[in-house]
Amino acid sequence: MPELRLRINGEDHKADVAPQVSLLDVLREHLWLTGTKKGCDQGACGACTVLVDGRRIVSCLALAVQYEGREITTIEGVDHPLQEAFVRHDGLQCGYCTPGQICSAIGMLSEHAAGAPSAATEALAPEALTPAEIRERMSGNICRCGAYNGIAEAIQEVAS
Amino acid sequence: MTTVEAGVAGGVGTSPKRPDGGLKVRGEFAFSSDLWADDMLWGATLRSPHPHARIRGIDITAAVALPGVYAVLTHEDVPGAKRYGLEIVDQPVLAMGEVKYQGEPVAVVAADHPETARRAAARIVVDYEVLPAVTEASLGVLLRHVPIRTGDPDATADVVVTGEYQVGMQDQAFLGPESGLAVPAEDGGVDLYIATQWLHVDQKQVADCLGLPAEKVRLTLAGVGGAFGAREDLSMQVHASLLALHTGRPVKMVYGREESFFGHVHRHPATMWYEHGATRDGKLVYVKAKIVLDGGAYASSSTAVAANAATLGIGPYEVPNVVMDASVYYTNNPPCGAMRGFGAVQACFAYESQMDKLASALGLDPVEVRLRNAMTTGSRMPTGQIVEGPAPVADLLIRVRSAPPAPEGSGDLREMPGGVSNTTHGEGVVRGIGYGIGIKNVAFSEGFDDYATARVRLELIGGEPAVLVHTAAAEVGQGLVTVQAQIARTELGVERVTVATADTSVGSAGSSSASRQTYMTGGAVRAACQAVRAALLARVGGARLDGGKVLSDSGAVIADLASVIGDGPIEETVEWRHRPTYPLDPVTGQGNAHVQYAFAAHRATVDVDVELGLVRVVEIVTAQDVGKAVNPLAVEGQIHGGTAQGLGLALMEEIQMVDGIVRNPSFTDYLIPTILDMPPMKVDVLEMADPHSPYGLRGVGEPPTISSTPAVVAAVRAATGKALTRVPVRPEHIVG
Repeated sequence: MPELRLRINGEDHKADVAPQVSLLDVLREHLWLTGTKKGCDQGACGACTVLVDGRRIVSCLALAVQYEGREITTIEGVDHPLQEAFVRHDGLQCGYCTPGQICSAIGMLSEHAAGAPSAATEALAPEALTPAEIRERMSGNICRCGAYNGIAEAIQEVAS
Repeated sequence: MTTVEAGVAGGVGTSPKRPDGGLKVRGEFAFSSDLWADDMLWGATLRSPHPHARIRGIDITAAVALPGVYAVLTHEDVPGAKRYGLEIVDQPVLAMGEVKYQGEPVAVVAADHPETARRAAARIVVDYEVLPAVTEASLGVLLRHVPIRTGDPDATADVVVTGEYQVGMQDQAFLGPESGLAVPAEDGGVDLYIATQWLHVDQKQVADCLGLPAEKVRLTLAGVGGAFGAREDLSMQVHASLLALHTGRPVKMVYGREESFFGHVHRHPATMWYEHGATRDGKLVYVKAKIVLDGGAYASSSTAVAANAATLGIGPYEVPNVVMDASVYYTNNPPCGAMRGFGAVQACFAYESQMDKLASALGLDPVEVRLRNAMTTGSRMPTGQIVEGPAPVADLLIRVRSAPPAPEGSGDLREMPGGVSNTTHGEGVVRGIGYGIGIKNVAFSEGFDDYATARVRLELIGGEPAVLVHTAAAEVGQGLVTVQAQIARTELGVERVTVATADTSVGSAGSSSASRQTYMTGGAVRAACQAVRAALLARVGGARLDGGKVLSDSGAVIADLASVIGDGPIEETVEWRHRPTYPLDPVTGQGNAHVQYAFAAHRATVDVDVELGLVRVVEIVTAQDVGKAVNPLAVEGQIHGGTAQGLGLALMEEIQMVDGIVRNPSFTDYLIPTILDMPPMKVDVLEMADPHSPYGLRGVGEPPTISSTPAVVAAVRAATGKALTRVPVRPEHIVG
C-alpha cells in the first residue's frame, strides 16, 4: 500500500492505507483523531465535517488519497469563539454532532465573509448573516437532540 | 431537615455550564465509538436477511479460514442463558434454529481489522428455509392486553365522533451508533465500556448470558451519542463480551448507520379506534378505545408500553365512562420498545385528533372543548387513580392559545413551504393553526421497585472542601451530570463538585428513561448529601450549615466546614425510592399505577402548499409544567429537542416496512428534522411544585415529544381540510 502523507492541524502524519479508504476512516481508525464523528457514512448528517484549506467538507465522502498536501483541520485543531458560544447557548446535548457543527459553522462563516451566496441569499452583494441565512447554510448538519435553536443563537452571536 | 442557608453559585435553579461541554466542543469527549485498547480486535455481526426463516445449518468454515480472523461464534458458543430481555426473557443472543425478524443477529466475528471482520461475516453460509412472515399486528400472537373499565360501559351521548388513527414506526436515530469495547479481565470476567441507558440491567443480562456472576461483569459508561429509548435494550453488549472472552483480547464493536437501524428497537406502530361521546355543551360522557400495537419479534418493553397507552390513552381529560383495550402483539417486524414518550405518543395523536373532531362536530373552538374537559388536581384517572399535586391542564392550554400569533408571512419566497427550492410564489399556500396537549407518567409504574443509588463523599482537597458524587446514572446528553452537581452544591453549600464516571461499582440508578433521572437519581443524590450533612453536623453537635460554617441552634459559629472535614472525609451511600405504585387490576385496569404525571401543551402554526403537499412549520409555542426547573437552560433544551422529535413524527419520520423488510435504513431515506425544519419556539415554563418529588420537580424529557405531533397535524388539517388520520403526514395525504 502506498504511504499517505497528510497535514492535519499543522502537523505531518503518515498512514498506510488503501486508496479506497475515506478521509474519515483514516482520521479515526489510523491516526486515532477520533474527534471527527461518523454518523451516517454517506454524507447525510454532517457529523464528519472537517476543514480543508479552510473549506468545509464531509470527510466520509472524501478519499484520503485526494487530500495529500492539503491543510486539513479537524475539531482537535480548532480554537474558535464558537466553541465557547455553543456551551453557553446550550447548542449541544449528547455532543455527537458538535465537532461537525463547529467545523461546519467555521467554514460557513468564511464562505459568507468571502461573499459566497447561499441558496437563501437574496442579493449577491454581501449582506448581514441573518437567521435565515444561518439556517440555510447549516442545514447539512443534523442534531438529533434538537439543539438547533441554541446552535443558531451561538452562531449568530459569534457572527455579529 | 434544614437546607444550606447561604447558597453557592451553580446550585438548583441555576444554569451552570455543563461539565462535559468543554470536552464536547473540543472533540475530546470519548464516545463509545472512540475507545481503543492495545491488541484490540474488531467485532462484526451477521444478521438475518429474512423476517422469518428456519435455520437448517450454519457453515463458518470459510469465515474462520480468512487471515486475520480470531473467532466466529454462533449460539452454540453462548455459555450461559441463550436468551435475554428486559421484561420477558425471549430474545436469543444469537439465533437458535430460527430467525424472527430481518436483522436478527445470527453469528459474530472478531478480526484484526473491521473490514476483515465484515468480510468474514459475509463468508458465513447460513442455510435458511424461508417461512411466511406475520407483519400485521392484528394477526400476531398476543403479548399483553391491558383493559381499563370505569363507569358505565353502555353509556350513551348526544354527540358521538369516531375515528381510526395510525402511527408509523419511528426510529430514535441517535447520531452516535451502537458501540462498545469489551476487555477480558484476569479474574475470568469482562470489563465492558458501553453507551447505554441503564448499566445495571445490562450487567444482569450480560452476566446471565455469559454464565458469570454479576461481579465479574463490570460496566463503565462510555460517552453516549444520544439514546431516546433505543439504548434500553442490549445491542452488542453480550456479543462483544463473548468475543473478548473467547479470544482473550479486547474487542470493539461499532455499528454503521444501516446496521444501527437493525441494532435497536423502534417506536411501536399503532392502529387505534376511538369513539368519543359528549353532551351538546361539550362535556365528555364516555370514551371507547381500542389500541393495537405492533411489538415486533421480541418483547423488549412492550408490556409497559401497552400499559402506558392504556392508562394515558384518553388524555388529560375527565371522562366518567371508559372502555379501553390496549394490546400489543408479536409479529415478524423488528422488535419495538422504548422511545421517548413510550406508548403515550401514539395514544395522544389519536385522542387529540378526536378532541378536534369533537370540537368540529359541536361547532366549538378546539381549545374550548379541551378546557371543558380538562383534568385538574383531584381528578380521577380511568384507572381510578386520583391526580395529586398540580395538574394545570387548563392553564397550559390558555397560555399557548393566548401567546401572540405567529408573525404573518413576509411574502419572502425563502419562508414558503419548499423554501429555497422555489416551488411556489405564494399560490396555493394556506396557513393553519393547531393545538395539542398530552399527559405522561414519570418514572416506573405498576408496582416496579423503582430506585436510584447515590454515593456522596465530602472531603478536603488542597485544603478546600470538595464533593464527589458517584452514581450509575447514564448521562445520555440530557445534562444529568450538571444536575447532580447542582444538587450537591445546594445541599452541601460546597461549590467544588465532581461527578464521577458512571459505572457498576456503585448501586443501580435505574434507567435514563421515563423522564425519571432528575427525579430519581437527583432524589438519591439529594438524600445522600443530606446524610453527609447530618453526619457532618453530628461530629461537632451543630444544627445547620451556613456559608461554609457549622452553626449551633442559636446561630453561633461552632466550626469551619473545612476543619470538620479535616478530621476525615464523610461518605454516605443512599438507595432512594419514589412512593410505591401498584399493579393494574388485570380485568378492570384499576390501580394507582403511576407516581407522577407531567403535562405539556403545544400550538403549531404551519404554512401548507396545498397543491404540492409541502408543509413548513412556521412557529411552535409550548407551555409545560416542570414543577421546578432545576436547570432552566437544560429544561428548555429538552423542550426544544422533544418538540423536534414530535414534529419529525408528524411530518417525516417513519421506518417503512414492506412484508417485514425495512426499506429505508439510512439517513438519506429516513428523514430527520434539520435546522430548516425546526421553527423558532416560544417556551413557557411553569413551576408548580409537586409536593412529593425532590424540589417539587416534574420529569421533563418526554412531554414535549407527545403533544407536538398532534398540534402540528391539527395545524395541517386546519390549512387543508383533510382528515389526516395517519402520521407521518405525507405530501400525498395532503394533495390526494
